[in-house]
Amino acid sequence: MSDRVPEPRATAEGPVVLAPPAPGEVAVPTLGRAVPAPLRREGREKLTGEAKYTDDLVFPGAWYGATIRSTEARARLLGLEQDPDFDWSKVVVMTAADIPGDNVISVIIDDWPALVEDEIQHVSQAVALVAAPDKATLREAKKRISLRTEPLPPVFDPLESEHQFAAYEITKGDPAAAFEDAAIVVQGEYRVGHQEQLYIENQAMIAEPRPDGGITITGSMQCPYYVHSALKQALGLSDEQAVITQAETGGGFGGKEDYPSAVAVHAALLAQRVGKPVRMIYDRHEDIASTTKRHPAIVRYRSGISGHGRLIAQDVEVIMDGGAFCTLSPVVLSRGVLHAGGPYECENVHIKGRSMATNTPPNGAFRGFGAPQVGFAHEMQVARIAHELGVSPAKLRERWVYREGGTTPSGQVLRESVAGLEVLREATTAADYDDIYELSRQTRSVRWGQAAEAGAGFNSTRMRSASGIGIAMGWHGAGFTGSGEQRMGSTAGVELGADGVIRLLIANTEIGQGTNTVMPMIVAEVLGVEPAEVELAPIDTSIVPNSGPTVASRTVMVVGGLVSKAATKLRALVEERSGGTFADVYRADAEAHGATRIDQQYESEVEVAFDDETHTGDAYPAFGWACDVAVVDVDLDTGEVRVRSVVSADDVGRVIHPLLAEGQVEGGTLQAVGYGTIEEMKVQDGRYLNDRLATYIIPTSMDAPDITAILVEAPFSGSPHGAKGVGELPMNVAAPAVVDAIHDAVGVWITELPATAERVLAAMESDE
Amino acid sequence: MTAEPLVVSPANLDEAFALRAEGGWRPLAGGTDLMVQLEADVAEPPERVLDLWRLAELKGISTDGYEVSVGALTTYTELRHSPIISARLHALAEVAATVGAAQIQNRGTIGGNVCNASPAGDTLPVLLAVDAIFECGSTEGIREVPAREFWTGYRQTALRDDELLVRVRFAVDRSRHTRFRKVGTRAAQAISKVVIALSYKDDHGTWRNVRVALGSVAATTIRATGAEAVLEGSRPRQAVAEEAARVLAEEIAPIDDVRSSADYRRSVSGRILHRLLREEGGW
Amino acid sequence: MTVVREEAAGPGTSYRFTLNGEPRELSVPGMRRLLDVLREDLGFTGTKEGCGEGECGACTVILDGMVVDSCLVPVCQVDGSEIRTVEGLTEAQNAALNPLQQAFLECGGAQCGICTPGMLMSAQAYLEDGGSADEDGIREAIAGNLCRCTGYTKIIDAIEAAALSREVDA
Repeated sequence: MSDRVPEPRATAEGPVVLAPPAPGEVAVPTLGRAVPAPLRREGREKLTGEAKYTDDLVFPGAWYGATIRSTEARARLLGLEQDPDFDWSKVVVMTAADIPGDNVISVIIDDWPALVEDEIQHVSQAVALVAAPDKATLREAKKRISLRTEPLPPVFDPLESEHQFAAYEITKGDPAAAFEDAAIVVQGEYRVGHQEQLYIENQAMIAEPRPDGGITITGSMQCPYYVHSALKQALGLSDEQAVITQAETGGGFGGKEDYPSAVAVHAALLAQRVGKPVRMIYDRHEDIASTTKRHPAIVRYRSGISGHGRLIAQDVEVIMDGGAFCTLSPVVLSRGVLHAGGPYECENVHIKGRSMATNTPPNGAFRGFGAPQVGFAHEMQVARIAHELGVSPAKLRERWVYREGGTTPSGQVLRESVAGLEVLREATTAADYDDIYELSRQTRSVRWGQAAEAGAGFNSTRMRSASGIGIAMGWHGAGFTGSGEQRMGSTAGVELGADGVIRLLIANTEIGQGTNTVMPMIVAEVLGVEPAEVELAPIDTSIVPNSGPTVASRTVMVVGGLVSKAATKLRALVEERSGGTFADVYRADAEAHGATRIDQQYESEVEVAFDDETHTGDAYPAFGWACDVAVVDVDLDTGEVRVRSVVSADDVGRVIHPLLAEGQVEGGTLQAVGYGTIEEMKVQDGRYLNDRLATYIIPTSMDAPDITAILVEAPFSGSPHGAKGVGELPMNVAAPAVVDAIHDAVGVWITELPATAERVLAAMESDE
Repeated sequence: MTAEPLVVSPANLDEAFALRAEGGWRPLAGGTDLMVQLEADVAEPPERVLDLWRLAELKGISTDGYEVSVGALTTYTELRHSPIISARLHALAEVAATVGAAQIQNRGTIGGNVCNASPAGDTLPVLLAVDAIFECGSTEGIREVPAREFWTGYRQTALRDDELLVRVRFAVDRSRHTRFRKVGTRAAQAISKVVIALSYKDDHGTWRNVRVALGSVAATTIRATGAEAVLEGSRPRQAVAEEAARVLAEEIAPIDDVRSSADYRRSVSGRILHRLLREEGGW
Repeated sequence: MTVVREEAAGPGTSYRFTLNGEPRELSVPGMRRLLDVLREDLGFTGTKEGCGEGECGACTVILDGMVVDSCLVPVCQVDGSEIRTVEGLTEAQNAALNPLQQAFLECGGAQCGICTPGMLMSAQAYLEDGGSADEDGIREAIAGNLCRCTGYTKIIDAIEAAALSREVDA
């Protein structure tokens, strides 16, 4: 594999594009453009089977734990029935009455019970816990417990629910008046369903009682301190008594942000009662049936366009289904509302959103966190408007996309780091969009005619399938919304140990995205050493400070900033004290002075001027920008959609590690393709029907398109090296690009995700 | 307390028949269905399992020039690689390529597919469409059951409790053409939403002994006799194809389920048949 | 290290097979899943359980030269067989990665890593069967291995690179 320095393709001032490496080459320079990007820090272990995920760990004498769950969506719990023919002395059974602390899994508000007390509020809600010394006994015990209940009337439709978790409203300008002036008004209602994160490693926690009366948790998670908080509250433990450690984690995508707290609390309750370690490892069926998913949403959208083709008015209503408990619904809604206008300048915007409770399992975090839902809606609007106006969807976006100095609906002026035009140009160039779209447009009437004919009766046309090209854009506010970071006050540290080893003290987890590789690179660059000389302290709440959760694409941008500052201070201190360059003297310094640790707490770089109540002001420090071009084939006999290729240009501010950043774009893009085409979660009477891997369908290698990731850099001055986050941005864009391509192929608009073969064929048959 | 099922691996077929005759033995082939069912733990697990995996008498594909005989333990991979199947009933090799992926194809067997009797069983429509014969063996000898009598209800077969499926036979001469199409939930590792087999004897352009068999549109794999009647003795061109497809869509009664909808299945069944007729008819 | 769980010992039936070239023998119930025998009885935790229903392929091992989902194979059917798992791809612990593993490392083919052992076994079997750097062939070879992190892009790159280097070495 040869090393290659990517040539910047723009001026020094403007955004820089990193060309993807040719096949067989490894993209090399990163931070300072001179240091080769290291290979994945824990790569070897993952490739040899040495990496230990939670279920790989052996805890001698451990018992096995399981959860007894409701089968009704809403009911009064009258009691538990335990079959008298079973020897209950061999097992432990716990209910809400046995919880020593608060019966709650704490997230934002404390409405989520660890175990049902009086009222069951969703199918698969945790009612009781069982532990047994071996799996066979556990399986038998589970079968011998039943619930005595009295059904209550459930609510399944968020439009009919009267219980609201959160609501926000944003107004900019005078939309009502602007609609009066609009030459064209395009209106639509868009629906998106649940999406399951489908990390390939199921939820897993092992709880071990400690001599000090506390519990040590080892498990699969994104946010050890969230688990820490929940454990303390439910078991009434002190900070020191609750010790949370992260094992190697097989994927998260947000699904291991909130839910692990429930698994950990359950395992801990049992472990405390049993007096032995308890393993709580979900199987796939339980995981799909009971864990948090992406919020379904209904988005009602009106767009007003002037006679000159300017976007002059937007009115958006967002209704999200939060499920039975609040979890993170307010934050998901907030991001959804703030992104609902799309990456387009508009002077008059009204966005109103609400998140409603239903008697379904609570929904939670999933990559994109509200933005993919509204992203589908705003892009379908633009697509339909372009069609109505008879202009190229790319040209229309080029006209409308934010420029530097633009103002968002919340009133934020985009002072820097705006790359909408750049990602649009990069994606359309790489995908040859303009030429292909033009060719496609020319043959459109024939193609759509044949598709309509194929839809109307049996397909006697010459065409077996139709191809189409689609485009969409997206944006993603980097980091937490508003003052979230300030309120959290994360702390990260860098330590020069007495043993002369440099250690990173962060609670941010490796979940596949590359934390363990990238964070040492950042610190190493500041200290002037090789990344391999920077180790990571174990993710253990008794060792590392709370540097905040591994969510919101904040790790490199925010925590990277903290460790950079800490490392800067450490370097200065050591160099002053021991003389010479840090790289040369640090080991001697450690011998002479012992351990030196520098902690850095978050202080806002830029003035955070965001009003949570009114949702006005600077919502995010900066936004990332993306543009996808998708090519699809639609089978005219069956409506099946084959996504052939997606080109995704993503502005991430600054690429720290090209291979890892590309990996995020590629993975996020495929998840979005799945969201847009085959990942359907059917719900009946509040129960997920697609509750096995055989029925919840994610893309295989044969379904996956060719994905081309183009990394664009519009650096942000408020973060180390200008990075803005890469994990979530790609998730917001591919689905509408695919649906736009379906329209180009066969002339039908799909307004509900996923665009399954059933929906596509029905649209073709109805010939609308 | 549930013990793991007792399993016995007989060394030869006679031993297997003797055990089967005792009653209460659940046959195990490649495990791709039974092991999933055991893990899902929804039904009472079997107490005794009869492991057939080593039985040489259930393996191998042979032909006497006219009939092809496929051992019940033939895997999908073996079907895909068999020169006999490729030459004589290529549709069966095509089916095998659509089942699961490599891991399932290496272990799943035609006998397992037939006896599991899932309404979505992928080989079943092809076997039904070529009038396959199932050799059901027991201590009393071999009983032949034609495919059209084999699947008696939802996941139920005509196999007696003391019998094992030994071989699958079908006779196809050069004038018989068999086509197959599966519409799955995705491109690989997919259970079918609709699966259809079309088979006919080309008698100088006229179609005879037409068979149209479908899975995933009823509780069992079925023959669409209405569509067959339209095609029988015809030379399919557009009008005949449309009529046959229309009749097919009307005569089936699919349901909504977790995978797909009744409307889609009804519509796509007709559309796929129409496509196959077009391709075979050459217009 | 052979760890035989006493409570799992069946009624005297003992099964013998080779695991990564080493002979093993144990007495366990015959319907015990090969996956559990590997992970729990023998301590080879490299092979993973992602679904228990033969859909995800995280449990893929090579059995008598063919890839199978070990969650669907009862141990009674591997008596006399040769089994290879991810631990067998390197010559010994701490030994160099094999060319396929090295290609995964350099191309970024593993992110969270949970699908990786199964993915490597499918890719290894594909290459040993003479599979070439043909994208369609590679996609089909790994169609039974679900990955949620990578979009498959760099996995395919890695297998292509490994196939090309095999052609050079051959």
